[in-house]
Amino acid sequence: MRTLVAFNTIVSKEIRRFMRIWPQTLLPPAITTSLYFLIFGRLIGDRIGTINGASYMEYIVPGVILMSVISHSYSNVVSSFYSTKFQRHIEELLVSPVPNMVVLFGYVCGGIARGILVGGVVCGISLLFTGITFTYPWIAVAVFFLTATLFALAGFINAVFADSFDAISIIPNFVLTPLSYLGGVFYSVSMLPDIWQQISRLNPILYMINAFRFGLIGVSDVNVEIALIVTLGFIVMLTLFSLFLLHKGIGIKN
Amino acid sequence: MNALSIKKLCKTYKNGFEALKGIDLEVADGDFFALLGPNGAGKSTAIGIISSLVTKSSGSVHIFDHDLDKETAKAKSCIGLVPQEINFNQFETVRNIVINQAGYYGIPGKQARSRADECLRQMDLWDKRNTVSRRLSGGMKRRVMIARALVHAPRLLILDEPTAGVDIEIRRSMWALMEEVNQQGTTIILTTHYLEEAESLCRNIAIIDQGKIIKNTDMRQLLSQIHLEHFVLNLATPLVTAPKINDYQFNLKEPNVLEVAVPKEKGLNQLFAELTGQGVKVLSLKNKTNRLEQLFLDLVQ
Repeated sequence: MRTLVAFNTIVSKEIRRFMRIWPQTLLPPAITTSLYFLIFGRLIGDRIGTINGASYMEYIVPGVILMSVISHSYSNVVSSFYSTKFQRHIEELLVSPVPNMVVLFGYVCGGIARGILVGGVVCGISLLFTGITFTYPWIAVAVFFLTATLFALAGFINAVFADSFDAISIIPNFVLTPLSYLGGVFYSVSMLPDIWQQISRLNPILYMINAFRFGLIGVSDVNVEIALIVTLGFIVMLTLFSLFLLHKGIGIKN
Repeated sequence: MNALSIKKLCKTYKNGFEALKGIDLEVADGDFFALLGPNGAGKSTAIGIISSLVTKSSGSVHIFDHDLDKETAKAKSCIGLVPQEINFNQFETVRNIVINQAGYYGIPGKQARSRADECLRQMDLWDKRNTVSRRLSGGMKRRVMIARALVHAPRLLILDEPTAGVDIEIRRSMWALMEEVNQQGTTIILTTHYLEEAESLCRNIAIIDQGKIIKNTDMRQLLSQIHLEHFVLNLATPLVTAPKINDYQFNLKEPNVLEVAVPKEKGLNQLFAELTGQGVKVLSLKNKTNRLEQLFLDLVQ
């Protein structure tokens, strides 16, 4: 019961935080994705035609939604937890009897909540440009949640190791964004030369985007089961690593 | 039962600095205990370990008989910490800061809000409850930290220099509050650089220096070790040389300002009689230093 109260406190604090700063957290993805849909989907997409039987607009919608979920679930946790360290109110949690697992899942759920909200906003905007169908709704929902969880965990680990505000923007700018763009958001990897197809298959984000696309429009470049296993595997690894960091107090205790 | 029991506590930082060299310390339930020491002596490290902010190298810590390593949640539930530096969310409102802290201790929403409101009223912060914390004055921020530390009704309250940087009026009101909290049964451990604060509030005292406890006794006994008291006298007429009177040590700082060390057994009446006999007229006098301050300096130098 006490643990549940502590968990609720962390999650509601996190949700209040990103709702309070909605012009920074909800407005930018709405504007950016509108531009993606307008430029890539409407203006350029009409000239591209179809990919794997889907119109270009339909093809890019799942990737754009999931790209927003990835970047916002990650950035929510990395910025919030680093700020908690920077302002030293992490000490409020350290002195209290909150178990490490609750601290971790509290922040991760905050990240998932923002991912869901931003994903919802992007879905809403995409409806202005094209209809969304759920060919395999459970797969779409599962990939959506698993992806948000995975990147919220990654954001947490980044925040634990970060010792400056620069350190929390390096991974999103130089790793996540390139991997997302190269993960088949705007194209099918089958359009690439063989060697680049093989290299692309090393990118875990490719699996998530394609699995989500499969859930929505029934089209994928990868085996969906493998995609789910890869994502779950990463979640388990990052969860264990995060708990190890908290247990050792690395980056948060003196 | 002891509120706090520390045994052979050691801390060596990664850079090799040995902050604590095997200290033993016991604080009785209900005590108002002073932990004093010069900067870098190891006070904050000790408090950091007790409150789980610093990882110890070795030794044991028990809070109300709960081993901090084995019964971590129970031990932590007993502690409230007011740290030296402001460490709350500067973008959160005062009320939410206190309510959140209650939540971390497992106090459900309605009860947390009620406890938070009670603490904010007690700290005279009710009018500021909806103010974003960064807009508060320094003294108010200190009081927010005390309200936050008290919200879960801790049995052991640790105050790490709680009155540093606050004006004398607020400091006095905080002293009254600390006494009230202690009288209600909460054990208090206080670290401070204001030794008058420790002298007037605390019943027992430990002095830590270079990672070791060099004195651990009750305040009365410690103060009884003072043999000489130092006073500064303002004189009506200037002197050229300091007077010479047996058993008293004089030091003429300025023609009109005379310092004197008075043996405890002699007292001031005899001093004034002797000075009057030598034609020295005293306008006023004040203590050169706080009594504890003198002892403290003697011990750590």
